[in-house]
Amino acid sequence: MLSQLRTLWEIFKHSFTKSETVQYPEQMPYLAPRYRGRIVLTRDPDGEERCVACNLCAAVCPVDCIALQKDTRDDGTWYPEFFRINFSRCIMCGMCEEACPTYAIQLTPDFEMCEYDRQNMVYEKEHLLINGVGKYPDYNFYRVSGLKTASKDKGEAHNETTPIDTKSLLP
Amino acid sequence: MPNITIDGQTLEVKEGDNILQACLNAGLDLPYFCWHPAMGSIGSCRQCALVQYQNPSDERGRIVMGCMTQVTDGARFSLDANNAVEFREAVVESLMLNHPHDCPVCAEGGECHLQDMTVMVGHRDRRYRGKKNTHRNQYLGPLIHHEMNRCITCYRCERFYRDYAGGTDLGAQASRDRLYFGRQQDGILESEFSGNLVEVCPTGVFTDKPFLADFSRKWDLQSAPSICGGCGVGCNIAPGERYGRLKRVHNRYHNDINGYFICDRGRFGNSYVNADQRIDYAGIQDADGRFTAVDQASAIDTAGVWLKSAKIGGIGSPRASLEANFLLQTWVGADQFSSGIADIERATVDRQLQILQSTRAINPSIKQMELADAVLILGEDLTHTAARVALALRQAVRNKSLAMAKQMGLPSWQDAAVRNLAQDALSPLFVVTSYTSRLDDIAQRTVTLAPDEIAEFGRQLAARLQGEPAQSPLIEELASSLAAAERPLIISGSSMLQSNIIDAGAAIAEALCLDNPQTMLSLTAPESNTVGAAMLAHANNLSLEGMVERAVELDVLVILENDLTRRLDAVSMQKLVDSGTKIIALDVIENATVEHANMVLPAASFAESQGTLINHEGRAQRFFPVFPPAEQRLPSWQWLLQLAALSGNSQLAALTQFDQVVDACAASQPAFAHLNEVAPDRRFRDRGQKIPRQTHRYSGRTAINAGVSVHEPQQPVDHETPLAFSMEGLNRDQPSTLIPFVWSPGWNSNHALQKFQAEVDGPLKGGHSGVHVLVSSANGIDHPGAAVGNAPTDLWQLVPVHRLHGSEELSARSDEIAELAGDAFIALNAETAGQLEVAEGDRLKVIANGDSVSLAVKIVDRMAVGCAGYSYGYAATRGLIAGAGADLQRDTDWRPPQPSLIATDRQSMAVDRGSPHV
Repeated sequence: MLSQLRTLWEIFKHSFTKSETVQYPEQMPYLAPRYRGRIVLTRDPDGEERCVACNLCAAVCPVDCIALQKDTRDDGTWYPEFFRINFSRCIMCGMCEEACPTYAIQLTPDFEMCEYDRQNMVYEKEHLLINGVGKYPDYNFYRVSGLKTASKDKGEAHNETTPIDTKSLLP
Repeated sequence: MPNITIDGQTLEVKEGDNILQACLNAGLDLPYFCWHPAMGSIGSCRQCALVQYQNPSDERGRIVMGCMTQVTDGARFSLDANNAVEFREAVVESLMLNHPHDCPVCAEGGECHLQDMTVMVGHRDRRYRGKKNTHRNQYLGPLIHHEMNRCITCYRCERFYRDYAGGTDLGAQASRDRLYFGRQQDGILESEFSGNLVEVCPTGVFTDKPFLADFSRKWDLQSAPSICGGCGVGCNIAPGERYGRLKRVHNRYHNDINGYFICDRGRFGNSYVNADQRIDYAGIQDADGRFTAVDQASAIDTAGVWLKSAKIGGIGSPRASLEANFLLQTWVGADQFSSGIADIERATVDRQLQILQSTRAINPSIKQMELADAVLILGEDLTHTAARVALALRQAVRNKSLAMAKQMGLPSWQDAAVRNLAQDALSPLFVVTSYTSRLDDIAQRTVTLAPDEIAEFGRQLAARLQGEPAQSPLIEELASSLAAAERPLIISGSSMLQSNIIDAGAAIAEALCLDNPQTMLSLTAPESNTVGAAMLAHANNLSLEGMVERAVELDVLVILENDLTRRLDAVSMQKLVDSGTKIIALDVIENATVEHANMVLPAASFAESQGTLINHEGRAQRFFPVFPPAEQRLPSWQWLLQLAALSGNSQLAALTQFDQVVDACAASQPAFAHLNEVAPDRRFRDRGQKIPRQTHRYSGRTAINAGVSVHEPQQPVDHETPLAFSMEGLNRDQPSTLIPFVWSPGWNSNHALQKFQAEVDGPLKGGHSGVHVLVSSANGIDHPGAAVGNAPTDLWQLVPVHRLHGSEELSARSDEIAELAGDAFIALNAETAGQLEVAEGDRLKVIANGDSVSLAVKIVDRMAVGCAGYSYGYAATRGLIAGAGADLQRDTDWRPPQPSLIATDRQSMAVDRGSPHV
């Protein structure tokens, strides 16, 4: 008897508390920039594709929903010939982003991916690639790495000396 | 066997080993870089450090290098001692000072020994804040990519390239931290074994260039145990596939054959599997000569109409599997079957087989050849005809230095010390050929003779060994060297297409056998299954020319994976085409024979099918499909079973599975009785599961096909082999024939191999693989063939010059090999060239049998008097016949072919295509 009265009282009390229900989608929730949603491929500050097709994201993906093939540009830099994410399998765990050595693959605060046709959940590179740097505005892998590119000769990367003269006899 | 103690654990180790070997044998992970099981120790990287204690009361010990310290009974070591652990980490840290931050764009990443060792020693953070050294790269040709920044100066590349493989154009340069490994200037690497640098380099300085262009990580490759089809040696290879393309070929360890190394033809000559010229669909030729693609069912329907109560002939192939050849011969009947080997070659191959079936000499594996202490090569340029054997002979000539080291008490793995002791001392190697051989640099004596003279020389040498007086001081020198040797080795083969040379070689070996039962006789075979095709041959078989004659009587002629234009002259080929018989050709790639066929059936390549190949020593080995055949392709044995069933062959109608075909083939003759033991059959399971072709970290399963359909298909099921197109199962403890790739926790590079070996550099844990089907009766060889004295007098005698890159049919269809093969040539010595007033690169008209071919002149150091060498197996030299007489005339009319594009065209095309940078 007592417990029933207490229950009625508790429910009555709730009539005066603030509602937790959000009127989504009229009312959009706040999603932090680090929220793990739809995956994008970003560009470096020079506007080039950041992805170097190293395959680490694919290797680390627990549901194996990333497939890509490496190709090479004329200057020797690597890029993905195709890059495919099957979002119908993706669990938004963000491990690909953690594994990415070039900050190319990033998760965004967008989870609104609904499709009537599951085939539309398969994103190719043209769907993934954005015209921006994402969360990391400054990083450019090829400025740091030792590989020679069209815009950077050997020894011009971050923290590198000019190429060694093998003919030098200096001690 | 000495006992040693490592961290309190007492181990029984092999006498004479070093501690590093002992640790690896015991399953202990001791990091190393410069040590290589095949190349020994030099102690240059300082990575395999551990602590050795002087006596039981020594608490402090001292740091020693594992690879440079021999085991002694009662010695006490520690791997886990703090100073050893810190030392090893410090070594990696110092190696990483200059190592670039480019693993993501390095083709070695994921199978990098440096990555493995860095993780193993626990080095994580770079403390040094200084700048990194950089180096300029070199262009090293179409096979090897150079990225010198990644070098950790372990010297392995130089030690392999110069010391092991005898190359001269790659080495260490400059001093202190300027050390550079490369060529004197940009250029194509000259060694035929340059591809091994990819596997020898512990990091990514030398990487596989064709693989780099279509790259996938090691963990993403689907692999299967396979056998190289490049020549008759039968090296074991591990091809890797992804997205339906054969990506690369790695060496697959076989203790008795290829060990750790394969030649560049084997490694880079397989990209024809991905070529646009591959046959994808069955085709039926229309009246206007064009092919209409049809599906499998309608091809079979049409073939059924043709085959109904028809008289059928078959031509087999020395590059097709034993099973496919067996099926075709059984189906059409031995008297309507030709083995598909050219008649001129058939004579030498048959003789070769007779010799190997009766010789008293040992028919050695490559491992045994490496132990030879005197070698005689008769008529073979081995580097181009059986490259892996040539590499073994480069080790065999070191036996003298190893003997010297033994005398001094030096262990054989003390590489630098042994080489320093021996200086230029080499075991005797004699090269008797018609032209320059790549082994001339290590030969004690080279002899240049025309093919018939080689045979005569060999006969005289055999006569001297049987006690007759020597005909010349040279013969005396060779005879005394060979007679004094403990394990003499005679090598000959069919590359000159003359059986009397093989007879002479056999006679020498027989003569040596009288006194020395350790005598070895090895005969090279031209193609991957030549020995198999020859063993399968029946007395009633038709010769290839005989088949051309017979063709008019046949209704249907089935040609199995054989480009007959390589083996028949143009007249005979035309006769075959005009005979009116319907030709059904099965092949993997378009060729001139396929163009003449009435029906073409798309056969699966070696990478998509299975079969048995018998190598030059008579060892049967099985290759397995790496990936399922794409499009409408089927393995030849399946096509043949279907066709045989259509023609109402009751014997073959009962067969449906590959294992049944093997059993039927095994029952067909006593020599093949153990054929079904070559590899486990399809029912083999390891802990209830098939052996996985994919690594446990094979990525992208749910995305690979999603571009086509998001509904994931079932993994292809392999009903024919003990392997699965899957990542499920264990790649562990299986028979050696079934190791698709090597991997072990912490060992992602090919150094994981040591976890599969019973002992370092020893046999695999899974036992020996392959079955010897060619066993000699050891009754001695019947009678040496009569001398053939058909040397033309007033004409130049044509001798075939073999090229590793270009002479073999299928590998020459790979882009990189085709680039290295270059154009066909006529080889002359400087004197002859002077006589004919031509220089290198000039054109000569070679007029033989009424045909005239214009070839570029190539001047070689050695060429027998009266002989001219032609590049064998090239399209341009197809009309030339080994041993035939030819007239050579300066070709003044020849003009270089015009380039198909002019520069402005190319520019405008580039604009059309757009820039790849967008």
